Amino acid sequence: MTAPTDFTIAGARDALDAGTVSARELAEAHIAAMERARELNAFITETPARALEDADASDARRARGETLGPLDGIPLAIKDLFCTEGVMTTAASHILEGFVPPYESTVSANLRSAGSVMLGKTNLDEFAMGSSNETSYFGNVENPWRRDGDNRPLVPGGSSGGAAAAVSGRLCLGATGTDTGGSIRQPAAFCGIVGMKPTYGRCSRWGVVAFASSLDQAGPMTRSVRDAAILLGGMAGFDPRDSTSADMAVPDFEAALDGGVKGLRVGIPAEYAIDGMNPEIAALWDQGKEWLRDAGAELVDISLPYTKYALPAYYIIAPAEASSNLARYDGVRYGQREEGTDLTELYENTRAAGFGIEVRRRILIGTYVLSAGYYDAYYLKAQKVRALIARDFTQAYEKCDVILTPTTPGPAFAAGEKSDDPIAMYLNDVLTVPASLAGLPAISVPAGLSGDGLPLGLHLIGKAFDEETMFRAAQTLEDAAGFDARPAPR
Amino acid sequence: MAVDRDTVIRVARLARIKVPEGDLDTLAGELSNIIGWVEQLEEVDTDGVAPMTSVADMKLRWRADEVTDGGIRDRVTANAPDPQDGMFSVPKVIE
Repeated sequence: MTAPTDFTIAGARDALDAGTVSARELAEAHIAAMERARELNAFITETPARALEDADASDARRARGETLGPLDGIPLAIKDLFCTEGVMTTAASHILEGFVPPYESTVSANLRSAGSVMLGKTNLDEFAMGSSNETSYFGNVENPWRRDGDNRPLVPGGSSGGAAAAVSGRLCLGATGTDTGGSIRQPAAFCGIVGMKPTYGRCSRWGVVAFASSLDQAGPMTRSVRDAAILLGGMAGFDPRDSTSADMAVPDFEAALDGGVKGLRVGIPAEYAIDGMNPEIAALWDQGKEWLRDAGAELVDISLPYTKYALPAYYIIAPAEASSNLARYDGVRYGQREEGTDLTELYENTRAAGFGIEVRRRILIGTYVLSAGYYDAYYLKAQKVRALIARDFTQAYEKCDVILTPTTPGPAFAAGEKSDDPIAMYLNDVLTVPASLAGLPAISVPAGLSGDGLPLGLHLIGKAFDEETMFRAAQTLEDAAGFDARPAPR
Repeated sequence: MAVDRDTVIRVARLARIKVPEGDLDTLAGELSNIIGWVEQLEEVDTDGVAPMTSVADMKLRWRADEVTDGGIRDRVTANAPDPQDGMFSVPKVIE
């Protein structure tokens, strides 16, 4: 008998259908797990009463012979960047502390109408700006994993660090994340779970607190590729309230998983073999190539020549968009306020007290690159480089169907190890940012352990709106890797 | 280009964030490092390249200009720090 917190989403669905577990049992087991694991600080807000209410409604439906689909009764955690009606939504920022949205984000509304059970709102880097979950106003999140023989706490990655820790630590069966430059995939790799960023436009951004609107995309974080496919199916869909939402039917992602990779052309980009690459990461990448080749895929050498410029372009574009998006936090309409003698001083005091140091840094960078006299040299230049990076992928996809790379340059690091050097922190996203700039779907699959026992991820990048091919390759990697390691119980 | 103290003051003013005197030098150093690092983009020949302004190859949709929502004043102001008589409030702007 599987413990309720050890189910996959697919397994729980089958057990719910068979009547061997109830939604209430699942909810209660996860509520208890959340309470036991509070030292991880994975949640900003726990919503146990709501979870039990959702679960009872699900059980009542099943008792009537009805179901709302594969997510009916499944306990999920929602990143605290999605507005949830009546439940505080903070973006992990002091400036939004106490904000209770009067409306529900489209993604969380979709999950709600699919019958899922909300356990709570997960911690993150403030406004999703960070790669280690050390910028949250509500404190660091701890990775459930630790190095062999070393008791120091490690970061879970970021910005969806609370979600990754919650899925990995078995505090929920799946979680929503958001990814701007790697914020789903990097923490997934650090915590040994699956994290998937869909094609830009696949999931609605409506009601998701905005960071960089041309890059932000919601996606699933789960313990299996199949679960990612199921959860994405519940999150995705056209939404007229998001002007960049794709007006396309949502495919049956789960049905795509069993296609295999026979004859699939897998691109291996030369430029991702960065100088001084961690030998364990290089070995894992080679292993991934071998797994796909053994399963019948054809490996194709490709070139993405502008790769090295992706990260600097991103660190112009994302802060520029952030500085514009975060202008709304003015202490007048919602959130925290610090009084001032006049309106300008009220704004300046409110924003000084409300934003943390990384958010302040990025707003200032963004304001600088957009300011008169610098716009062409920085922002416009970055937009042109972004076009070249997108063109790289278009040309590569004439020769291949999916691209394989590592997810991160290394495994999880200790808290404080990189927080003093912004650029060292930014380099965490060097392998995930190019796909973000090009708006392409990408997934991280746990594939092995480092020498000191920490999870490492392999990364697949798909063609726009071809998540299905990417899922097929991801399933093949997962089957071959047979990754069944889990963090040691505390 | 190095970002100096005065530039930090000017940018912070534009961004409406009060920066304490004691943070100015640190920020000038950090911003200079980041700006210096992103300036490697200057190496890229972008002559004749159109800037990417839309991620997906799509046109923005049109909709009829009609009222679809409203009548929820109290819900809109419910999160305001200092709502007064159903309105947002700010310090006096006009004498």
